[in-house]
Amino acid sequence: MRIELAQVSRWYGNVVAVNDITMTVGPGVTGLLGPNGAGKSTLLHMMAGFLAPSGGTVTLDGDRIWRNHQIYRSIGLVPEREAVYGFLTGWQFVLSSAKLHRLPDPEDAAGKALALVEMESAKDRRIETYSKGMRQRVKVAAALVHDPQVLLLDEPFNGMDPRQRLHLMDLVATMGAAGKTILFSSHILEEVERVAQHIEVLVAGRHAASGDFREIRRRMTDRPHLFRVRSSDDRRLASALIADASSGAVSLTETGLEVQAVDFRRFTRLLPRVARDADVRVWQVSPADEDLESVFSYLINRSS
Amino acid sequence: MNGVIAGISYRALLGRRRIWLLILLPLVLVAMATLLNLIGAADERTAVTLMRTFAIGTMLPLLGLIAGTGVIAPEIDDGTIIHLLAKPISRPVIAQTKFAVAASMLALFAAVPTFVAAYLLVNLESGIAYGFALGALVGGIAYAAVFMLLGVLTRHAVTIGIVYALVWEGVVGNFVPGARRFSIQQWAQSIADQVSSSPFFSTEITLGFAVPALLIVTVGAVVWSGQRLRGFSLTGDE
Repeated sequence: MRIELAQVSRWYGNVVAVNDITMTVGPGVTGLLGPNGAGKSTLLHMMAGFLAPSGGTVTLDGDRIWRNHQIYRSIGLVPEREAVYGFLTGWQFVLSSAKLHRLPDPEDAAGKALALVEMESAKDRRIETYSKGMRQRVKVAAALVHDPQVLLLDEPFNGMDPRQRLHLMDLVATMGAAGKTILFSSHILEEVERVAQHIEVLVAGRHAASGDFREIRRRMTDRPHLFRVRSSDDRRLASALIADASSGAVSLTETGLEVQAVDFRRFTRLLPRVARDADVRVWQVSPADEDLESVFSYLINRSS
Repeated sequence: MNGVIAGISYRALLGRRRIWLLILLPLVLVAMATLLNLIGAADERTAVTLMRTFAIGTMLPLLGLIAGTGVIAPEIDDGTIIHLLAKPISRPVIAQTKFAVAASMLALFAAVPTFVAAYLLVNLESGIAYGFALGALVGGIAYAAVFMLLGVLTRHAVTIGIVYALVWEGVVGNFVPGARRFSIQQWAQSIADQVSSSPFFSTEITLGFAVPALLIVTVGAVVWSGQRLRGFSLTGDE
């Protein structure tokens, strides 16, 4: 099944949360990547039927999603907020989900869903006694109980320990490989890279990039990087670096060199060699702009 | 009606501290009736006064507020409602189920204690017990619907509900004659008055106004709640 967004915008008063986005989410795993506040949740809520687009249309195989409860036959949703009915046991919670879907054998479906997320041993405890990761898994089980064709997960790996995280990642990947349409949001590149075949990048409400994760990864790596370098002789190192085409600009500062590398790969190979040849001892090399925000803003500037 | 939703709603409502609020007011009512009985002040006039001012005038709107908002507002607040809404179930059915749960709470915690208290005071004399129990029942049902709607419409349902229950129903409804026509407890009283033949009890709102008004308000509030749930939006925390 496919979720189609056509020129979708969403604003709250004067604030534009999502700006003119057109994308198709098809079978396989799609990662919705972006820094906090980029509008990922807003977009995901519109795909899940929990927010009306201010402009544009959101459809599931041609059917409008907003104000259409029938879509939940095909959609499973794992919301970000961890609140679940704490007074229910995990088993009661997932079973209630199966019954609300009017499944022919709710007990069987609930048992299978709990097994899928490895929550069988804790299923008879009240949810309020669960850890964050366990709550997350029981929510995933409740969303999977009707074996939906589409699964939407809002920051699903938050709060999970590494083992649980890997387990859920494997589960998501397996389901994606089985032809289900899965979309999950995340602000962590490594998470997305590990699970998603396809990435949609959202920055400041705009669709910054879309494509295969290798492609996006390459674009992110190929951008100009800013490094801070401290060495035994900054001035001599600066002159040696600027002689090569991989450095765009070098400036001398109180605290060391600031080097603008235009060709990341070449620069990283060049620096140690140049330093050795110039007989300069390098003490410290640190990326000055490695945070996601700057990576994203680069992508945004590039795409516009 | 949906059994699974009703079951979860009952557990959510009764499992929390809210249950004590639901029990406290009826307990006070029955205790007051017992006390009046003990000191020998249990006459028809006292019974009518207690029923009018406390049972219908104070307890009913407050219980309506607790049960009506309680079936839905906390779930909207903490987001657990998503579990019910993200299902192939029509949202009006969810609203109707929640309403039925709230209404049944009021039957149990308002109408039954009202009957018991009146019975303790004057037995079945002049139809006071039956009258006020019926009044509390229909009034409670209307309150359940109105306060549930309030819980769906606003996050400040409890505050607004208290102001409404105390200021409008309590003060304005009692002192401003025109406003009485638009007060659920006044309608409840005219229902009670129909059943009761007590000379100490008379109401000015006719049954011809009270019954349609109760129906319209109740049905309207439940339908509106369902429509609001159809357009339920998650506004992200970002």
